[in-house]
Amino acid sequence: MSPHFQTISELRSFREGLKRSRDPKSPWIAICCGTGCQACGALEVLEAFRGKIQEMGLKDRIGIRATGCHGFCERGPLVVIRPQKICYMNVTTEDVSEILHQLANGGGVIERLLYQDPLSNQRILYEEEIPFYKFQQRIVFGNNGEIDPTDIDDYIRIGGYQALEKVLSTMTPEAVIQIIKDSGLRGRGGGGFPTGIKWEACRRAKGKEKFVICNADEGDPGAYMDRSLLEGNPHSVIEGMLIGAYAIGSEEGYVYVRNEYPLAISNLTCALDQARAYGLLGKNILGSGLNFQIKISRGGGAFVCGESTALMASLEGRVGEPRAKYIHTVEQGLWNQPSNLNNVETWANVPIIINRGIEWYTSIGTEGSKGTKIFSLVGKINHTGLVEVPMGMTLRQIIFDIGGGIPKGKRFKAVQTGGPSGGCIPESLLDLPVDFDRLQEAGSMMGSGGMIVMDEDNCMVDMARYFVQFLEEESCGKCTPCREGLQQMGRILKRICRGEGKKGDIELLEDLSLVMIESSLCGLGLTAPNPVLSTLRYFREEYETHIQEKRCPAKFCRELISFSIRPDQCTGCGACARVCPTQAIKGERKKVHFLESQKCVKCRACVEACKFEAIEIN
Amino acid sequence: MLVEVEGLDEILRKHGYQRAALIGILQDIQSRMNYLPRKALQYVSKCLEIPLSEIYEVATFYKAFHLEPRGKHTIQVCLGTACHVRGSQRILSYLETLLDVKAGGTTKDLSFSLETVNCLGACALGPLLVIDRKYYGKMETGKVESLLKKYR
Repeated sequence: MSPHFQTISELRSFREGLKRSRDPKSPWIAICCGTGCQACGALEVLEAFRGKIQEMGLKDRIGIRATGCHGFCERGPLVVIRPQKICYMNVTTEDVSEILHQLANGGGVIERLLYQDPLSNQRILYEEEIPFYKFQQRIVFGNNGEIDPTDIDDYIRIGGYQALEKVLSTMTPEAVIQIIKDSGLRGRGGGGFPTGIKWEACRRAKGKEKFVICNADEGDPGAYMDRSLLEGNPHSVIEGMLIGAYAIGSEEGYVYVRNEYPLAISNLTCALDQARAYGLLGKNILGSGLNFQIKISRGGGAFVCGESTALMASLEGRVGEPRAKYIHTVEQGLWNQPSNLNNVETWANVPIIINRGIEWYTSIGTEGSKGTKIFSLVGKINHTGLVEVPMGMTLRQIIFDIGGGIPKGKRFKAVQTGGPSGGCIPESLLDLPVDFDRLQEAGSMMGSGGMIVMDEDNCMVDMARYFVQFLEEESCGKCTPCREGLQQMGRILKRICRGEGKKGDIELLEDLSLVMIESSLCGLGLTAPNPVLSTLRYFREEYETHIQEKRCPAKFCRELISFSIRPDQCTGCGACARVCPTQAIKGERKKVHFLESQKCVKCRACVEACKFEAIEIN
Repeated sequence: MLVEVEGLDEILRKHGYQRAALIGILQDIQSRMNYLPRKALQYVSKCLEIPLSEIYEVATFYKAFHLEPRGKHTIQVCLGTACHVRGSQRILSYLETLLDVKAGGTTKDLSFSLETVNCLGACALGPLLVIDRKYYGKMETGKVESLLKKYR
C-alpha cells in the first residue's frame, strides 16, 4: 500500500526512511534502457541480468535498475556498475554472466567492455574519467543514471520533491518568481525568453483559471534531450511544473508530447499515477492548500505545434495553426485563459535552482546565459549522444573533446545548431562560446539544442534544401509569406542542386528571406530562412559552384554526379552487381565490371558494397 | 440510422465525449483500425456533435493520420537531420525503387506502407529504418533487400 502524504513532514520522514533502507555501498547495476539503448538490445540484456541474478542466487546482494538514458548512445547498451560507476559499453546478453561472476567474486573488471581511448589505446574504468563524460556538467541530466524512472521512491530517495517542500513551506509565490528571475534561467525550447518574467506576467494576468503547460513536442530533427529527460527522470519535470503552478496560481497543467515518443509517454503516465497516489498531485497537496493536476496530450505529428499558440490550439483539439500574438499567451492562451508554457528542460531546471540556490546556479554559464544546456551531438561525429555542458563552452570543446571528433579521419565542415530554424556554423567559428546570444550573432540559434555535425562529404546547398523542404512540408499554410515563400525557396534550391541554377538565384533567395523575416506570422516563418542565409553567409562559393560550374564540390547532389567503375581497382567479385537495385552493373565473375549510367539511380549501394574502392564518383 | 462501429463507444467514453480530446480519439481509432475509415469519422461526428468537415480538417492536418488502409507492415525511414547527413535519402530512394511505391504510399498487395518520419531520436543509429516499431540502425542500401525478406 503506497503512502498518501498529508503533510510535508510525512514526506520528509518517508525520504529519510528510504535513505536509511539502503546501504550506499551495496553494489547495483544500472542498465540504460533509453530509446537508443533499447534499439541496440538493452531490454534483452536487462532480462538476461534478471534471469542470471535469480539463477545465481544473488538477488539479495546485487541490485538492478532499468534507468533512463545515460547519454552515450553511440556505445549502447550501456551498463554501469555502481556505486563505483564502472562503465561497460556495447554489452550483449553473452557478457551478462561474466559481469555477474566478476561482481559476485568481488573485484576484477572486464577489459574488453571498457571504453578505449582512441589515441592512447588505454582502457578507462570509471564513467567520470571517460572524455565523453569528463568535460560535462550534468546537473539536470545526470540523475537519469541514478534512478528507475518508473519508481517514484528512487526519485524521492535522491532528494526528489525537496524543492517543492521548500517552496510550499517557506516561500511566497512572489519569492519563487523572484528566484527564477534572479537565476537568469532562459527558456530551453528555442527562443531563450527569461522564464521568471514569463511566470510573473502570467501570475499578474487576470483570468478565471490559469494553465501551466509543458512543451514536449520536440520537433527539431536531431534533438532528443526532452524525450530522454521525460523518459529518464519524469518526476523532475513534474516537480518543476508543481513549483510553477504554485508561483503562477494554476490548478491545471498539461504535457503536450510527441506521439513518436511511446516510451516517454508511458514513463510519464506511470510517474503521474504515482505522484497522484502519493498525494503530490491532486487537492490540497501536502496540506499546503495547493491544488494541481496534470494531463497528458499526445501530438499528431505537426512540427508547427511546437509554437506556443499552435500548441494550445492543438490542446483544444483543433488544427495546430498559430495566431498573431498581439495578445500574449500568458494573458490569453489555452481556452483564452492565462497560460504559461515552458519546455521540458526548462521545467527540469526549476527544482535544481530552488534546491541549490541562485548563487550556485548563476556561477555556471555566461553573462547572458546561466546554467547548463543539454545538446544532442549527432551526425558525423564519433561519440553520438546527449551532452550537458555549462553555457559558454566552445564548439570545439563540445565537438572534439567530448564528441571525439569526426569519424573516418574526415575533415569537419560545419555544425548545424537550432534545428530547422537555426543555421550552419563553419570551421572558422569553432572557438565560439556557445550561449543564446553568441549563436544568434553567428546567424544561428540555440533552439532546443540539436547539434548536427557535418564533414567534407556533406553539401551545404543540399543542407539548406533539406531544411527548406522540411519546413515547406510543415508550414501550416495560414500566412502567405511562409507558405509561398518556402515553396519558392524550395523550388530554387532544388533547381540549384539539380544543376539548373541561374544567375540571380542567390539574390532572389536573399530577397525572399527578407520578406519572410519581415512579414511571417509565427516563429516558424520568421526563422525559416536561417538555414539558407547562414549557408549563404559562410558557404557562398559552394552555391556559386553549383550554379556556374554545375558541380557539387562535396559530390553529394545526385544530379551532379555520376558513377563508374575503375578498371584497375575492380577485382570482378560481383558484390556491386548483387546489390544494385536496377541491374545497372554487369560483368562476368573475376572480370572487370561495367556500370550502365542510364540505368543507375545513384543509390550508392555499390559504393558501400565494394571493398576495393573501385566505384568512382565523378 | 447510426450504426455503431465496433469499439468506438469505448474509445469515446474513455475520452469523456470531449471535443477537446478529438486528436486523442482519432489516434486511438487509428491504432485500433490501422487507419481512419470514413464511417468511423461519421460516427464520431454524430456522437460529439461536430461537423464532419471539422473532423476531416483535423485528420488531414496532422501527419500521423491516414485516411486509406495501411499495409500489413509499416516501414519508416527516418529523415531527421542526423540520418539525412548519413545518407537516409538514398535508403528511401532505394526502397521506393525496390517496392515500387512512393513515400507515403502502400504497395498494391497491401504488404508494406512506406513512410518517412522526422527524427525518432535514435541518432546514434542513423541512418535508421523502423519496421513495425522495430529499429534497424546503421542501415545501408545493400542490407535493405535481405531485411525486407523477413517480412515478405
